[in-house]
Amino acid sequence: MKILIVGCGKIGATLLKNLVDEGHDVVAIDSDVSVLEEVTNVHDVMSICGNGADSDVLEEAGAADADIFVAVTGSDEFNMLACFLAKKMGAKYTVARIRKAEYNDRSLDFLRRNLELDLAINPERLAAHELFNIHKFPSAVKIESFSRRQFEMIEIRLGEESALDGMALSHLREKYEAQVLVCCVRRGEEVYIPDGNFVLKSQDRIGITAPPAQLQKFLRELALLKRRARSVMILGASRTALYLAELLLSIGASVKIIEKDEARAAEACEALPRATVIHGDGASQELLLEEGLSEMDAFAALTGFDEENILLSIFAASRGVKKTIAKVNREEFASLAEKLGVDTVISPKQLVGDTLTSFVRALENSRGSNVELLYKVMDEKVEAMEFKVVSDARLCGIPLKSLNLKKNVLIAGIVRERKSIAPTGESVICAGDRVIVIAPGGARFSDLSDILA
Amino acid sequence: MNRRMVLYMVGRILQIEALLFLLPLVCALCYGEGSVALSFLICAALSFAAGSLLTLARRAKTSRTLYAREGFVIVTLAWLSMSALGALPFVIEGAIPSFVDAFFETVSGFTTTGASILTDVEAMAHGLLFWRSFTHWVGGMGVLVFVMAILPNEGGGRSIHIMRAEMPGPIIGKLVPKIRDTAKILYLIYVAMTAAEVILLLFGGMNLFESLVHTFGTAGTGGFGCKADSIAGYSSYCQWVICVFMFLFGVNFNVYYLLLLGKLRSVFKSSELWCYTAIAVGVTAVVAVNVSSLYSSVSEALRHAAFQVSSVMTTTGYATTDFNLWPGLSKTLLVLLMFIGASAGSTGGGLKVSRVVLTFKLIRRELQKLVHPRSVSVVKLEGKKVEEQTLSNTAVYVMVYFVLFFVILILVSLDPIDFESAFTATAACFNNIGPGLASVGPAANYAHLSAFAKLVLSAAMLLGRLEIFPILVACSVSTWKKR
Repeated sequence: MKILIVGCGKIGATLLKNLVDEGHDVVAIDSDVSVLEEVTNVHDVMSICGNGADSDVLEEAGAADADIFVAVTGSDEFNMLACFLAKKMGAKYTVARIRKAEYNDRSLDFLRRNLELDLAINPERLAAHELFNIHKFPSAVKIESFSRRQFEMIEIRLGEESALDGMALSHLREKYEAQVLVCCVRRGEEVYIPDGNFVLKSQDRIGITAPPAQLQKFLRELALLKRRARSVMILGASRTALYLAELLLSIGASVKIIEKDEARAAEACEALPRATVIHGDGASQELLLEEGLSEMDAFAALTGFDEENILLSIFAASRGVKKTIAKVNREEFASLAEKLGVDTVISPKQLVGDTLTSFVRALENSRGSNVELLYKVMDEKVEAMEFKVVSDARLCGIPLKSLNLKKNVLIAGIVRERKSIAPTGESVICAGDRVIVIAPGGARFSDLSDILA
Repeated sequence: MNRRMVLYMVGRILQIEALLFLLPLVCALCYGEGSVALSFLICAALSFAAGSLLTLARRAKTSRTLYAREGFVIVTLAWLSMSALGALPFVIEGAIPSFVDAFFETVSGFTTTGASILTDVEAMAHGLLFWRSFTHWVGGMGVLVFVMAILPNEGGGRSIHIMRAEMPGPIIGKLVPKIRDTAKILYLIYVAMTAAEVILLLFGGMNLFESLVHTFGTAGTGGFGCKADSIAGYSSYCQWVICVFMFLFGVNFNVYYLLLLGKLRSVFKSSELWCYTAIAVGVTAVVAVNVSSLYSSVSEALRHAAFQVSSVMTTTGYATTDFNLWPGLSKTLLVLLMFIGASAGSTGGGLKVSRVVLTFKLIRRELQKLVHPRSVSVVKLEGKKVEEQTLSNTAVYVMVYFVLFFVILILVSLDPIDFESAFTATAACFNNIGPGLASVGPAANYAHLSAFAKLVLSAAMLLGRLEIFPILVACSVSTWKKR
């Protein structure tokens, strides 16, 4: 597919990389030559320098025969205008980044309808939702939900003396009687999609899929279940922080926001009257301790500086905060931060990348069993996908054990009419089901039938 | 420096060359030249074995990343090793016993120069003549571009560095988002134009062998033929066809892509195309008037003028007449055209029209700055602002170009030849044209030069074809240092 991307900043470059890896023809538009040079030196894309909302530039880039037009510059208004023009010129689908809170209330529907936008993405809001989920389930490093939370996939780290150390996966279900599936394991740099003979070790990071109730039961038996975070300290009144605070306040948690900039602190205070907003430098450890860091259930460092976020999260962990989260935009730093002991590292651009990838894959496959959701997990080495099943003779009504699946592909869950089924060899897939599939990162499935060998 | 990946890519090129050897092999078999066919078979086997050995350098865990310097080194090493192997058929078959001579001839072929050391072309076997011309065709668009078009993308997005190192011109843009598709489109246009010329020449009474040989020479803007008097012996129809196609192959290939897309307006707005055409037409007119007394009719004078101008400007080097006998003004103009060269992104050599245009615009800007010290001005090309980085790169290129020119000239002058021969031999090789004036003129050849001068000129041809920088980078110590 031919895809145009306007704006090659952090988000734009991530999307570009994802889409080129998926094999699409990508044209990058930016007004800054040096950025474009950087991008074209590394990725196989064509670049056009100019204003992405100028119809001449759009014409040169070929907006008229573009399949997807993506505008992800820093300005919401610019993105909307560019998408509007591209749509009028003939681009089939348009995607805009819209992140201001004013546009992200009820007016978003109005905007989308009238600008004929096919997708509006808000990285900060995506990040906030992800963080919110983690706060509700603090033992998880990461959490992704499928089918409106009928199924969840959590990642946990096995501690030094984990009860699971040395246990083969086939024994796991027998012993704990919970219908959970260990669907991926990271050990050091290697990532495995395990079978029943796989033996777990301490220090592994494992991904588990199951219905939420089963997950809770399993974690309780492992004595890993921690209570939901009641008090949260957030560093930096960034957009993500405000969205997150709003969500946390809505379930009655207490939120303390620390912001260096007085004007922003005042804005945050105005938007969130129930939160405690502190104006001060969060990098000062004295201040953090004074504000009761040690008594907090969770600490989220969400400033715009990766380094600050990582260091202060480590500091918070050293002061006994049970759950620490750092927003880190640079991938190279992300794995480093995890090694240094930050519980959860979150990267908004990665979330946007996943959202757009599933959008594009669903477009590519307009008739079959579409990808509805996609998450790249474990350093993008594993893809977890949700498909909506249409009638397909190759798949439907056949017991799973008789299906000839590709290597390293797991069917992790089936949702049928609001009922979650943890699949066994006897289970069957029916039309109308939602099926959760785990596959290696390079597989690039866009239709459920792609899982067949 | 990712040495394993460099070796791997060079190995790939040698494997491709093994395949290329098969075409002249078929030609030799058609003409019943058994020993020639055998020598090509030996070379193909040798080159495939060497290539396969080199590809082993890339292990499963070798990083596939290619940075700019790897691109430069790959291109340089690939061209050197290709030329060395390509010279072997001449040596093995015994047609050119000295390896230095054969190397000169092959480098001249791949770099689309067309300078020859053969004293009697017509005595050569068909298979060897075919190979000689075929190297023009391969070298014209570039071997690594060819590799990119047919093999799956080896270096990911970073293989743009290889393309930049091999394609001529100051600014290299892609036609379509993917490098592989861009390379494919370029080669499709190239093949289509080649086919068109072969068909037109067949109509003109050439046999298939002759039309293929001359088309390869034209397409790559090389200049090897199969007759001692180059194109002079053919009908005026054939001469016009070759003249027009030489001009067409000297046009930036992006123009043809735009034509294919039907974007006529962008084609007409291309300032490089206008400049290129204007220079060619203007010089043809002056030369035609200047030489009119030598020929019986105006049309004959015009034909010879147009052919020679087209041939020298696109750096092909075919001749329909011995222009060494022309008056001084015409010869001087032809030498000037040698330096200007063809358009960027074409198969031709020389400085390239767009660089010359940029240089003049730079000169104008600097003069303007002297008059109005605070003036601000932007240099534009094809309606777009040219980045300062590109401008300084162009200025430096022109400087290095002339420095190297004189270094080569001095080295060539060590031979006991007159100044005109030494100067035009250097110009003709460095700009990938072929024939110069005086003792290396269109009616003569390079056989009388010493082995040292031949090696120097071989290096000059490679420097000219790859546009200097890749070779300089590959030769600099810091490229190879580990730290």
